[in-house]
Amino acid sequence: MTHSLPVSGSLRNRLVVILIGGAAILAFLLFFAVRNYATQVAQQGQDNILGASVASILDAATIRDGEVEIDIPYASFSMLSTPFDDRVFYAIYQDETFLSGYPGLAVADRADRFQTITFRGEAVRMITAERILIGIDQRTRIRVALAQTQDALSGTLEQISRNAAILGGGFFALAALLSYWATSTTIGQLQRLTDSVTKRGPQDLSPFKKPVPAEMAPLVTSLNSLMGRLDQSLSQSEDFIAEAAHRVRTPLATVRSYAEATLQRVDKKENRQAMRSMVRAIDESSRAAGQLLDHAMITFRADHLEREEIDLVDLVHDLVLRLTPIAEMKDLELRLQSDAPVAYAGDPILIQNAVRNLIDNALKYAPSESAVDIFVTANTNTQIKICDSGPGFPSEEVDTLTARFKRGRNAEGTIGSGLGLTIALDVAKAHGGDLVLSNRPEGGACATLSL
Amino acid sequence: MRNFVALILLLFPQIGIAQEWEDRQLFTADTSTQMLRVISSTDTVLFAPIIEHFVAENPSIGVEYLVHGTSDIDQIFRTDPDGFDLVVSSAMDLQLKLVNDGLALRLPDLVHPSWAQWRQSLFAFTSEPAAIVINNDAFAGHKIPQTRQQLIEALRERPDAFRGRVGTYDIRKSGVGYLFATQDARATETYWRLMEVLGTLGVRLYCCSGAMIDDLTDGRIAVAYNVLGSYAEARVENRDKFQVILPSDFPTTMMRTAMVSVHAPNPEPAAAFIRHLVALQSADNDEVFQLPRLNIQPNDIERATIALEPALMTFLDALKRRRFVAEWENAVIQE
Repeated sequence: MTHSLPVSGSLRNRLVVILIGGAAILAFLLFFAVRNYATQVAQQGQDNILGASVASILDAATIRDGEVEIDIPYASFSMLSTPFDDRVFYAIYQDETFLSGYPGLAVADRADRFQTITFRGEAVRMITAERILIGIDQRTRIRVALAQTQDALSGTLEQISRNAAILGGGFFALAALLSYWATSTTIGQLQRLTDSVTKRGPQDLSPFKKPVPAEMAPLVTSLNSLMGRLDQSLSQSEDFIAEAAHRVRTPLATVRSYAEATLQRVDKKENRQAMRSMVRAIDESSRAAGQLLDHAMITFRADHLEREEIDLVDLVHDLVLRLTPIAEMKDLELRLQSDAPVAYAGDPILIQNAVRNLIDNALKYAPSESAVDIFVTANTNTQIKICDSGPGFPSEEVDTLTARFKRGRNAEGTIGSGLGLTIALDVAKAHGGDLVLSNRPEGGACATLSL
Repeated sequence: MRNFVALILLLFPQIGIAQEWEDRQLFTADTSTQMLRVISSTDTVLFAPIIEHFVAENPSIGVEYLVHGTSDIDQIFRTDPDGFDLVVSSAMDLQLKLVNDGLALRLPDLVHPSWAQWRQSLFAFTSEPAAIVINNDAFAGHKIPQTRQQLIEALRERPDAFRGRVGTYDIRKSGVGYLFATQDARATETYWRLMEVLGTLGVRLYCCSGAMIDDLTDGRIAVAYNVLGSYAEARVENRDKFQVILPSDFPTTMMRTAMVSVHAPNPEPAAAFIRHLVALQSADNDEVFQLPRLNIQPNDIERATIALEPALMTFLDALKRRRFVAEWENAVIQE
C-alpha cells in the first residue's frame, strides 16, 4: 500500500528557514540599532559634561588689575570623574598666547565645537569654547580647550553592546520559539487531515465534514470530490457485479435442470460422466455467483448496519435444521451445543449468512461419517465456533485465507469461490468483532466468529 | 635584617649624580641582580621595614631608596622619567598629574578598591590625616584646642607665648603642604583666618614634616599645623610632652600613593613591589607596615579623605596656583 512518493522540500523546513532567518536578520538589525543609538546617547552624555565643565571654567575668568585671572572651580574637573578614570587635558589661551594647562593642546578654529582628536597617543573628545572679557581699556578673548579620553565611553559601549547582544539574542530565541510554534500549528492542521485520512476504514469514502482552515479548504474539497467519484465508481462496479452474478445465476439454474434431465436420459457411460462434470461445473459457477451476490449484499448491509435484538441460539438452530439434509447427504452430523438463549443486537441476515458460509466450509472439508460441532457461547464475548474433523487449515496460510478469492492449497477438488471466509470476516468486522481461524489439536479446523 | 646589607650613603659624595638627596639607602641581598630605583617622600625609617620584607621575599631584587621632598620629586622625576622605577609620594595631586600626563605604567591585574587607585596606575596604600601637634608645656593650665577655630582662639589669647613658636608647611616648597592647604581652603573659611593669625605670630615655614617635628621636639616651636600625624607619632620620642590632635571640625586626610614609571628600567620587579606594598597594607603585620593603613570607609566623616580624581589638578593650574600662593603669602608673610 505504501508507495514512496517523490518528496521535494518540506513545508515545515521552508517555514522555519523563512521565519528564523527573518528573526535573525531582525535581531541583527535590533542589535546594531540599539548600539548605534546608545553610542550617540553616550557621546552626547560626555559632550554635555565637557560642555558644562568648559562653561564653568570660562565663567571663572576675570580681569583683575588688567591681568586675566581664571580661578578654575574644583567642580570643573570633579564633574569629569568617570568610573574608568579618564584622563583630562585642557589649555587656556588669551588671544593667541598660551596661559596654562597642556601647551600641546591646540584650540579648534571654531568655538563650541566637539572634535575627536588624538592627543598624547590617545583618542580624546575635545571641546573648544571662548569668551570675550572686557576690561577698563581692553578687550581680550579667552579660549579654553578641554579634552577627555574615552575609556568610560568605550566601557559603557561595551556594556551596552553586551546588553544589546543579549536583547538581540533573546529576541531571536523568542522569535525562533514562536516560529516553531507557528510552524507546528500550521503543519499540525495538515497532520490532522492526514491522520483522519489514514484512520478511515477501507470502505469509508464519505466526504470530510470537519472544519478546516480556509487555505486547506480547496485541497479538502478536491479530496472530497475525488472520493465521491471513487465511491460512485466503486458502487457502480459492485452493482455491476451483483447484476452480472444475478444474470448468470438464473440461466445457470435453467442449464442445470436441463443437464439433470439429460443425465437421466443418457445411458452411455462416458456421456453420463461428462454430464456429471457439467452439473458440477454449473454448481460451482452458481455457488460463486451466489456468493458474489451475498458479498455485494453484505458490503451494502455492513455499510448501513441495522441492529435488532436476536437470539443467536435460535438463529443458528434454524440454520442447522435447514442444513441437516445437506449434511445427511454426506453422512455428516451437525451438533449444536449452546448455552441458554444468547441475546445479541445485530443484523440477523448478515450473521446467518456468515454462519452458513462457515458451516458450508465445515461440511465441505469434513470427512464422511464425522460430526461438525457448533458452539454458541456468551461468556466474555459472544462467540459462534464451528469445528470439523477434516484436514484443518494449512498452518502457514491461516492469516491470508480470509482475503477475497483466496483458497487454501488443500481446497482443490472442492467446490468453492474463495469468498466464504471473506464474507464471514466482513460480517464480524461490521459488528465490531473478528474471525479467528485455528486448528484443533486432535485434527480438524475451527472458525471462531466473535461478535 | 638577617641577610641584607643596609648601606647608608648619605654623606657619600656621588660621582655622576648631581642630585643631592635628603636620604639615600641601598637594600640588597647577596643574590640581588636587579636594582629598583625608588624615589620617595616617605622617611626611610618608616619605609625600610617594608623594603627589607620585599627584598627578603625577592632576593634577586635590590632596592635603591631615594628620599626627597614632594615638590622636588615631581620635578626630578619629570626631567628623568627613565631614571626611576617607582615614585612614592604623599602629594596626591602631583602624583595624579603624573598619571594624567601618561608617565605611569598601567597594572591592570592589580586588584585594589576603585577609590584607592586611579587608572590602575596610581595606588594608594595609606590614609594619613593632617594633624596639629602641640607641646603640652605651652598649653599647661589652658584648654587644649580641638578644632581650628579653638586653635585660633588659643593663639589670639596669648600671642606673646606663641610669637615665633608656631610652624607650618611652606606651600611654595612642599607639595603635600600645598595639597593640605588647598584642601583646607576648599573645606573651610577658617583656614584663611588661621593663616592670618599664624602670619601675625611670625610663623616658621618648613619644607617637610620631618624638619617641623625636629623643631617641635627641640622646643623651638610649640605648635605645628598640618603635620603628618603618622610622622609625629613615629618621631616624637617623649609622648607625654606632645599631643597629636586631629582637628575634629574637618580632618584633612591624605592617601600616600605609589606608581611605576612608564619608562621604568625594571617594570616587572617594580610592579611586584607595588603588589607587595598593597598586600602588606591589608595584611595584619604592624612590625613591617608601620604607616597608617587605608581607611576602609574613606568617606566616613564628610569626605574626609581627599578623593583621587581629576579635580586634584585644579590647584595645579598655573593661574590658579599663582593666585592661591599670592593669597597665602598675603596672609602668612607679614613683614
